[in-house]
Amino acid sequence: MAKIYFTEDHEWLSVTDGVATIGITDHAQEQLGDLVFVELPEVGKTVAKGDPAVVVESVKAASDVYAPADGEITETNDTVSADPALVNKSATGEGWLWKMKLADESQLDGLLDEAGYKAIIA
Amino acid sequence: MNDTSSINHLPLEQLHVDAGARFAEFAGWNMPLSYSAGVMQEHLHTRQKAGLFDITHMRLFEVSGTEAAQFLSRCCPIEADQLQTGSAKYTFLLNTQAGIIDDLITTRLDSSRFLVVANAGRATEDEAQLRSIGSSFDCRIELLERVFLALQGPMACKLLEALDLPAGGLNFMNATEPRPGWLISRSGYTGEDGFEIALPVSEAEDFANKLLSNDAVMWIGLAARDSLRLEAGLCLYGQDLDEQTDPRSAALMWAIPKSLRQSGQFIGADALRALISGDLKMKRVGLKPEGRQPVRAGTDLFDKEGRKVGHVTSGGFGPTVGHPVAMAYVETGYAAMGAELIANVRGKDIPAQVHALPFAPHTYKKG
Repeated sequence: MAKIYFTEDHEWLSVTDGVATIGITDHAQEQLGDLVFVELPEVGKTVAKGDPAVVVESVKAASDVYAPADGEITETNDTVSADPALVNKSATGEGWLWKMKLADESQLDGLLDEAGYKAIIA
Repeated sequence: MNDTSSINHLPLEQLHVDAGARFAEFAGWNMPLSYSAGVMQEHLHTRQKAGLFDITHMRLFEVSGTEAAQFLSRCCPIEADQLQTGSAKYTFLLNTQAGIIDDLITTRLDSSRFLVVANAGRATEDEAQLRSIGSSFDCRIELLERVFLALQGPMACKLLEALDLPAGGLNFMNATEPRPGWLISRSGYTGEDGFEIALPVSEAEDFANKLLSNDAVMWIGLAARDSLRLEAGLCLYGQDLDEQTDPRSAALMWAIPKSLRQSGQFIGADALRALISGDLKMKRVGLKPEGRQPVRAGTDLFDKEGRKVGHVTSGGFGPTVGHPVAMAYVETGYAAMGAELIANVRGKDIPAQVHALPFAPHTYKKG
């Protein structure tokens, strides 16, 4: 059973067997507005916690999406490169951005649960 | 301006709140950035039906007096005395180096009255320049207190006529005062046929609500206003124009009558004449990046050999044309249509071609 986390930077993570699927929250897509471009990382790249991993661009501006933990990119969602609006339609489902193998799952300890995240955006 | 205590609020702010506006500070004003439909829908709706914009942040100066025309011909490179009543002209305030202090629309209201529409972010500089020059002329400069709305798009004319405004009788860049305190001008900042309407604050809410009661009309925020004007190839002061940029570099010489280039006595005329006879170094062009990735303001542009030859001043995504669009200043050797440039975005090279402006065709009603 996947465990779900949220970050204060408006990302969600779904973690199963040490692999995190990561995207932006519905609140984040609403704030950004219509996305027109998503720049995904190379599979195999290692990222450190806090590194910009993905860039999402709306009509108006470009925004970084940060790696919530150290790890190696294992898969990216090519569907959203072709159709960035999918992130707006389904930020927490089909609009996921990348998967990564976590180097140290204990880095997730400080992240928020859904109730905690809802409290900060309220 | 970060001092939120001095931020200006639109008289119709509550209407925008009710329409689900997301606000942002712009040029000292709390402005609707987008509404619940989102920037993409707002942009497309404007091109297909009619978009309503609250542009009350723009400053309206009424210039009146027996020497009002002479005064404006001194301030701006226009022949104000030859402007017909009800005609509007795009023009500039220039500094003595021919740098652009602001770009303006000047409209002749009658024999001794003109309206000058100025950018919100330049209102202080504009007013200082106008008053400083105005002290030598018999004229009055008065800041008008109005709500200023724009209705843009193919259905705009019919919608205004349905509210008994004489919209259909106007051609592009013509204006009339249909009621006391009202001005309606066939003009805008989207490339679409459309109108700008200044009206008394007390009548504005009722007027906006009447327009909005039609499904063809929706509020459009500043974000879509920006993507619309960029597709239309129109300059945004502070990005594409500034005091270090002259009208020739900005590719805006069409706004300056030929006779004035030779013999005009407007502020900046001598400097402009020197610029015209000299070599042009940088020029404003349209730029079409390849692929889907927007190339935004501040991005450097390079030639094939990696030499920096320009920079982007406005860039984003064009919802109507369906690809990224930008405007840039490039060395004149790279300003021809189709010239190949390379935009460096976050370390990645994106090929881009110089492209004709506008990206989306203008649909002005020129009569």
